[in-house]
Amino acid sequence: MIETFLRRSKAAGSYILRTPKLLLGLVLLSSLLLLGLLGPQFVDVEKARPISVKPSQPPSAEYPLGTDSGGRDVLAVIIVGTPQTLRMGLLAGIVGVVLGTSLGLIAGYFGGRIDMIISTATDTMLTIPPLAILLVVAASVRTMSVENMALIIALLSWMFPARTIRAQVLSLREQPYVHMARLAGLSDIRIIFEEIMPNILPLAAASFVGATSGAILAGIGLEVLGMGPQRTPTLGMTIYWAQLYSALIRGLWWWWLPPILVLIVLFVGLFLVSAAMDEFVNPRLRKTG
Amino acid sequence: MKQAYFIRRLIMFFVVVVLAATLNFIIPRLAPGDPIGAVLEELRARGASTGGDAEDEIVAAYRARFGLDQPIQIQYFRFLFNTLRFDLGYSISYYPQKVEAALLRSLPWTVGLLAISTLLSFAAGSFFGAMMAWPRAPGVMQRFVPMFMVLSAVPYYLLGLILVYIFAFVMRLLPLGGAYSSGTVPRLDLDFLLDVIRHGILPALSILLTSVGFWALGMRGTMVTVLGEDYLTLAEAKGLPDRRIFFAYAMRNALLPQVTSLAIALGTVASGSVLVEVVFNYPGIGWLLYNALRSSDYYMVQGVTFFLVLTVAVSVLIVDLIYPLLDPRIER
Repeated sequence: MIETFLRRSKAAGSYILRTPKLLLGLVLLSSLLLLGLLGPQFVDVEKARPISVKPSQPPSAEYPLGTDSGGRDVLAVIIVGTPQTLRMGLLAGIVGVVLGTSLGLIAGYFGGRIDMIISTATDTMLTIPPLAILLVVAASVRTMSVENMALIIALLSWMFPARTIRAQVLSLREQPYVHMARLAGLSDIRIIFEEIMPNILPLAAASFVGATSGAILAGIGLEVLGMGPQRTPTLGMTIYWAQLYSALIRGLWWWWLPPILVLIVLFVGLFLVSAAMDEFVNPRLRKTG
Repeated sequence: MKQAYFIRRLIMFFVVVVLAATLNFIIPRLAPGDPIGAVLEELRARGASTGGDAEDEIVAAYRARFGLDQPIQIQYFRFLFNTLRFDLGYSISYYPQKVEAALLRSLPWTVGLLAISTLLSFAAGSFFGAMMAWPRAPGVMQRFVPMFMVLSAVPYYLLGLILVYIFAFVMRLLPLGGAYSSGTVPRLDLDFLLDVIRHGILPALSILLTSVGFWALGMRGTMVTVLGEDYLTLAEAKGLPDRRIFFAYAMRNALLPQVTSLAIALGTVASGSVLVEVVFNYPGIGWLLYNALRSSDYYMVQGVTFFLVLTVAVSVLIVDLIYPLLDPRIER
């Protein structure tokens, strides 16, 4: 398994360098990561707290991105908020994909009644608009934190991974080498982990990017509606506050524009990475790119 | 076999609807406090209530009125029964008003704005996508459309904010938000219609710009497959004009899978509307939901979310039932 993994990573590594899409996407994402990591070295993040600076100031030497009406330095808010958004997305993405991959594996490998139950549940959940459920849940949770928001969103992001993985496992299960393994008397668990797992890892990685991106989208949606974490400054909540205090018609563009631009960089970065991963997993897409 | 499929599909639809109603019932009840408590808290915060006996009486009256004094299973079955016949109860914030009345009032705005922009974006996106896969398409297409695909990664409401700022605030060309000018009363004449269109341009544009790429991407995929078919080679060998091959042979067949997505997209119109309506103060379903959330109008939130689930479930059901008729190949 480790050998396969190394060989795969090497193939993936050389693939990254050959695909401009993936490279650009990774550059965009890592620049956001650097913003969160190195930002606190240059900017006093304490100014992200309310009433810590003079409110509604336009950008100046002291506050490069100005301040909002709540007395927060917008640059400091962005620096604190960006990693929070990433953390939420990654957390929800990981939980969603692990959940989805396990369910997909079980359903695809064992088939029969288990498969029927899992598949029906997946199809059912897929027809429920996630935002509707998220809003009801979020409205019922009194104090929202980044972590419980990630968990709530994760509970709604396992379906796509589950479906893709199940379909893949269904075809892998019938491969000759899996039959061989079964004839050789390997246990189900060993077949799943040693024979099937390595072959679904690229697919799982691709759905991880998709799930993370979807989770961030859902999270930002909740935040813009004012249902996000109240204590931590996040990008979506910044847009919410800006909307609530009519920053747009008061001409305070420095309040809402920076978080939007950061989010656009984030979404475009995730889109490029996920498009490139899809091409990697599904080589038929490469030709028409 | 076919019959079994239809029945299975109908049962699944029913399960989804009941499940959605049940979740709507359970989730808010898991949270600490109850809706009446939330209303009281707000009254206290405003200084409108001082507590004491008078308050207890109010609470008891409210609980009885909303059936919250019944045992939980009775509450559940009553809720389920009422929900399934679309009796969604009263709004707490605007008490004598029923939830379904508010829904019906907001619905035309949402359907009008979202359905029209979805259809426009579908038409434009499918055409662009088909052109991208077409080897003899003008080179502009190949370079121009990928831009839209990148744009499709951006949430439409974020783009909407930027558009409002540029066109409504800085250039003052278009209104900042709302569905019609404040002060006018909705009526059916040309002036009002033009006013509505002026208000709809920016929200529609933000949806269009961010969703054209999605349709183009899907269309390009199916078009590539169709272009490999033998009947296209035959059409070319017959010497048919390019334009005819493109529209009548290639695009027509590539559109079928797109139509499925269109039906689903139209079904999700209501739930996709929430954020765009909040950004543009557009008085549709999304705006209703947002305000209900902000004023913790429990029954309104439940009613609207149930309605959102219902519209999606119905459209997916319709697609699943119609698809075998459209495409005999997937007969099961």
